[in-house]
Amino acid sequence: MTIDWHAFTPGAALTGGLLIGFAAAFLVLTIGRIAGISGILGNVLPGALAGRPGSGGERGWRIAFLLGLAAAPGLAAVSAVPMPPVESLVDWPWLVAAGLLVGVGTRIGSGCTSGHGVCGLARGSLRSLAATLTFMAFGIATVWLLHHVLQVPA
Amino acid sequence: MKAIAAFLCGLMLGVGLIVAQMTNPAKVIAFLDVSGHWDPSLALVMGSALLAAFVGFAWVERRGRPMLSGELALPPRWPVDGHLLGGAALFGIGWGIGGFCPGPAIVGTAALSGDAAVFTGAMLVGMFGANRLAAANAAARRTFSREASDAAQ
Repeated sequence: MTIDWHAFTPGAALTGGLLIGFAAAFLVLTIGRIAGISGILGNVLPGALAGRPGSGGERGWRIAFLLGLAAAPGLAAVSAVPMPPVESLVDWPWLVAAGLLVGVGTRIGSGCTSGHGVCGLARGSLRSLAATLTFMAFGIATVWLLHHVLQVPA
Repeated sequence: MKAIAAFLCGLMLGVGLIVAQMTNPAKVIAFLDVSGHWDPSLALVMGSALLAAFVGFAWVERRGRPMLSGELALPPRWPVDGHLLGGAALFGIGWGIGGFCPGPAIVGTAALSGDAAVFTGAMLVGMFGANRLAAANAAARRTFSREASDAAQ
């Protein structure tokens, strides 16, 4: 392993992380919900199971949250926050496969980076710790396989 | 009120993802690429996010109830099961392939990135399919338990 010091952006990372964490803290303090994006999105889609606490129904705040998320690039554009480029390293067929896996996986596994990796860990959930270690390990293994073993062109 | 709080929270989270550069899949892949030229930035994103979120969760659990809504609706912390680990594994593979997780995919799509939009479209199909499957399983379980109780009578 070599650390790429040129790519390392500690100031931006710490600031962005604080905003993400404050947002999660704000949501649970105001309306008592987990700021987990896959759960919020998955539960506004048709077919979400209603009845379980925190799932199904209650579309209002979920849609408002998603609209806020989608408004972020607009806010960045009118303020001084630079929007980084969206540089994909893989072609569209790979992105379709990736999207399907992320969609199915986050629903079956009850969460993604925000819900398990930030909120779950912050409240000491062992389920979230297990999920976070698992998706990190599989993410690292997949990148190694694609870019170092199979050498998929970037 | 609840909708306004949720909107502001989504907005703040989205700006956080942009500032942290998590909306760039190349940056995410560089973090997951520990055997190449590793960019540790995202570890700091997670660390500072955890710290801020920890304060919020500790505060609300001490308070017992949130400020705008009557109930604290938090998922169980235990047990770890096959669904959780299997789902997280599939998610990790998809994250490693594309470099997008759900939040950055939505923000990237809103920033009019074609790559993010393709990913997000497929992700919505995957989520919808998983929802349908879960609903079908729940219905099958209900039928099964009804038949079992009929048989018992």
